[in-house]
Amino acid sequence: MSKVFLKGVLAAFLGAVLTCGSAFAADTIKIGVPGAHSGELASYGLPTLNAVNLVVDDYNAKGGLLGKQIEVIAFDDACKAEIATNAATKLISDGVVGIIGHICSPAGKAAMPLYNNAKIIAISGSITSPGMTLSGENPYFFRTVANDTASAVAGADYVINSLKAKKVAILHDNSEYGKGYAEQAADNLKKAGNVEVVLFEAITPGAADYSSVIRKVRNVKADVLMWGGYYPEASKLLSNMNSLDAVIPMIGPDGLKDQGFIELAGADAENVYASGPTDTSANPVSKVYAEKHMAKYGSTPGAFFDNAVSATLALLNAIEKAGTTDSAKVIDALHKEDIETAVGTIHFDEHGDAVGVGMSIYQIQNGEYVEMK
Amino acid sequence: MFTPKRLIRSVLISIWFMILVFPVVGIKIIKRAPQFFYERVLIIGIIAFVLAILWSWYFEVYKDRGESNGIFSRFFKKCSALSDKVSNDSRTALKLIIILFIAFMILPVFTSMYQTTVYSLAFLYVMLALGLNIIVGIAGQLVLGYAAFYAVGAYTYALLNQYVGLGFWVCLPIAGFITVIAGILLAFPVLKLRGDYLAIVTLGFGEIVRLLLINWANFTGGNRGIANIPRPGFFGMDLTPEQATIYIYYLCLFAAIITIVIVARLINSRVGLALQALREDEIASEAMGIDLRKIKLSAFALGSCWAGFAGVLFAARNSYINPTSFTFMDSAMILSMVVLGGMGSIVGVSLAALVLTLMPEYLRAFSEYRMLIFGLLMVTMMVFRPQGIIPPAKRKYYPTALQNEENN
Amino acid sequence: MDWQYFLEILFSGLTRGSIYALIALGYTMVYGIIELINFAHGEIYMLGAFTAFIVAGILGTMGFSASAILIIAAFVAIVWCVAYGYTMEKIAYKPLRGQSRLAPLISAIGMSIFLQNYVQLAQTAEFLRFPVRMPRIEFLNIFGGILRSSDFVILVTSAIIMVCLSLFIRYTKLGKAMRATAQNRKMAMLLGIDADKIISLTFIVGSGLAALGGTLIATHTMQVGFGIGFIAGMKAFTAAVLGGIGSIPGAMLGGLVLGLAESFTTGYFAGDYEDVLAFVLLVLILIFRPVGILGKAKVQKV
Repeated sequence: MSKVFLKGVLAAFLGAVLTCGSAFAADTIKIGVPGAHSGELASYGLPTLNAVNLVVDDYNAKGGLLGKQIEVIAFDDACKAEIATNAATKLISDGVVGIIGHICSPAGKAAMPLYNNAKIIAISGSITSPGMTLSGENPYFFRTVANDTASAVAGADYVINSLKAKKVAILHDNSEYGKGYAEQAADNLKKAGNVEVVLFEAITPGAADYSSVIRKVRNVKADVLMWGGYYPEASKLLSNMNSLDAVIPMIGPDGLKDQGFIELAGADAENVYASGPTDTSANPVSKVYAEKHMAKYGSTPGAFFDNAVSATLALLNAIEKAGTTDSAKVIDALHKEDIETAVGTIHFDEHGDAVGVGMSIYQIQNGEYVEMK
Repeated sequence: MFTPKRLIRSVLISIWFMILVFPVVGIKIIKRAPQFFYERVLIIGIIAFVLAILWSWYFEVYKDRGESNGIFSRFFKKCSALSDKVSNDSRTALKLIIILFIAFMILPVFTSMYQTTVYSLAFLYVMLALGLNIIVGIAGQLVLGYAAFYAVGAYTYALLNQYVGLGFWVCLPIAGFITVIAGILLAFPVLKLRGDYLAIVTLGFGEIVRLLLINWANFTGGNRGIANIPRPGFFGMDLTPEQATIYIYYLCLFAAIITIVIVARLINSRVGLALQALREDEIASEAMGIDLRKIKLSAFALGSCWAGFAGVLFAARNSYINPTSFTFMDSAMILSMVVLGGMGSIVGVSLAALVLTLMPEYLRAFSEYRMLIFGLLMVTMMVFRPQGIIPPAKRKYYPTALQNEENN
Repeated sequence: MDWQYFLEILFSGLTRGSIYALIALGYTMVYGIIELINFAHGEIYMLGAFTAFIVAGILGTMGFSASAILIIAAFVAIVWCVAYGYTMEKIAYKPLRGQSRLAPLISAIGMSIFLQNYVQLAQTAEFLRFPVRMPRIEFLNIFGGILRSSDFVILVTSAIIMVCLSLFIRYTKLGKAMRATAQNRKMAMLLGIDADKIISLTFIVGSGLAALGGTLIATHTMQVGFGIGFIAGMKAFTAAVLGGIGSIPGAMLGGLVLGLAESFTTGYFAGDYEDVLAFVLLVLILIFRPVGILGKAKVQKV
């Protein structure tokens, strides 16, 4: 008896604690933007914040959404899991109706259970970790970026069919993003049969010199180097290949499909291949927002900007079409309504991946990305 | 405050700083073309001028700080007096503790969910800081890899849960035990090392643990981490995440309280006194008949187990862990809590742990400047208060009491 | 056995090792005098790289040759980093003299956090391309591409610095004063040595070396970023301890040993375990020879 009683008392106590502070009137529609806004990954996080601000400014100038102004609540999660849970609870308690983010998968993984439970939709323009959508654990997660599987499949396919490589060396940076790409690519290469993966290993990010690993790549006589990771390390690898006269074609994930990479690696980046979403620069929406970014922030947009613009447009459009912020109806709209965004005309499939985001291989020629057919 | 000499000096200092920051703050290379930002340099010059006046004023007026009545020292003196009063007067202490306890008990009622999660993290850091305080503050062994023990605790729970399916309450003691083993394993080879070399070996140990967690990906998940770690059960009830958050909050709060109580008891115990003797003078304590081997091992064992418990709570709180939470920077932050709080002082260290975890959260108002301010505050704090917020009170002996006892 | 490959890996190790040694020399000097693990040393190195980047960026628009740009950039970087080091010592370490050993350590960690964020806010969070590459040196061609010009310059520079520093400390008046201060600060002061000045001098020399290292390594990696100091500092610190912290030839040796160990791990085993091996080596050496390879054991005074 006493145990039941205790349970009751505790439940009542927890209930009392919970009911306080949950109800308040919403005079604005709040959008949460969690991501790395400071620290070493800020260059991946800030473009998304800028994108959301630009789109929301547009909506607000036109009179808002459902007759209400939209408010952007930014939160710096530093791409760390433990801060991301703080971010998620903070945004939920602020009463956001949707999230544009997170930027990194550890943060997204830690935060999603909270959003799922609070029935808040999160659309990320940068989390490419396949499991986020495909595992089926996150019904409230959507993304406007092709997942790593697509990227690695396209890369491996290009290595086999277009570069006609026989021996491939694969390096990665041991990050979830880089290693995921590298493993997927290796699997696809092995499936093809006539290609040999002669080297598969990690390098230590941040090291000042990669000559030993480049010499190893040369020693195993690889025709192509596949790189799973971000562009600062890729740039160092290329610089080492150049100075050792050991240049072989390099191909990497969409982390290398970034104007920052060309600026950082300069002439070393010539002829490097990167998979990336099919070119959208001719896309009218993308053009408009790049101009707006120039006008407001005085620079060209950074990484995942177009994806974030698209995510914001998709979310706001779905809310508008649904005529409510009720998440079940908004999700319905996300699945059904096609919308013209900066990455093309998209809607979302049953997993939450955007349909309509194509994947192409680019080569850097004379400091520009050129789409390979 | 504004004597001509001081003004001239401050102007000179301000010019010095403007020259100093000129290349980094005043010039930016944008698209291969240098652009100059003179106004930013000027702002820094003005800030430097104001600070220089305050700085020299403080140091000149209150030359022998620490002993005198400088504003800072007066403030800290009050702090110490308060803590002395609290530790000597059990009644005031009891009152204060009850007030604090009630305040923390009802905190989740009045604050948002977000604040609740932040505070539960802060309580975890109280545990960690007090654990490290046993090794560094009480026993005087400098350890720079404490986050490794934290990682061992967190991964013990996560892995046992993933592979064996054990629950939170079973894993808690197991993780504590395994972390103690890890602590002893580390302590054995370093028994002969002291000071900075000990610090460096432990730093290496911390890095090795983190790197193994990354590289042994088949077992630990590598940088991918481990997701879906269950929250602790509550008499078999299903909790919503809101309830679970509050539940975790109370768990962390009670864990922190238990840590405080046990560490407080430890300080005055036989082992605790031996640990303090070790800190003061290794050779003298050995001469007094303390077995250095045993006592060093117990310092590591006693200190590391708290990190193990905190690790389990951390894994349960986040439900996702990966190696990025256990870097050298995290070890350094925990060490900073111990030193800023006052080495060996329980009140001070707990306070510092709360302040250092909560400060970055509340500094969010300064958004991008918050880490800048944080670093600056660490330096300023050390400069003005190198012994910590509340240095521990030295144990006092009253010979008269002894005499009375003898008379009886 | 493939000797060509062996030599290549050996030289890769020497390159890495001399990079570590270059930064470790400054680390070990500061430690030798005031027994402070100066965690902010890596940030001074980073500031040096950034200052050189900015100077090179300005000079690049004026049409100087690559060698001239590098020399001027290194010189300016040294001047400014010396000023940074001097100021840092005055603000963050001098007021703490005579306090417990841990206080300056925490102050150094605070300074490191501050400087990183200062550069990030003032400049950018992104990596930037260093505008000049080390010009190719013709006579190295006889080595058949095993030794590159930047490897060569870094290796030779750190060797020259090691020799100069050792001579400076052994034979000059200031060097002797430094050694005296390191051995017993009170006694040195009684003998008329201005210990404050000597400690300032140590920071000045250490920071100058870090700036030179920053410039050279920036031309080697071809990139600068606000976060490069932390990892470089950790590695250099490991190298300094490995060789025997406080010992100048020890820093050089420690750097080379660390670099070679890492390079051979990558070359013959797997790059994944490069760092693990480096730290295991550190722990093992310290356990079996607690003062490092070339360090001298201090006699414990009772």
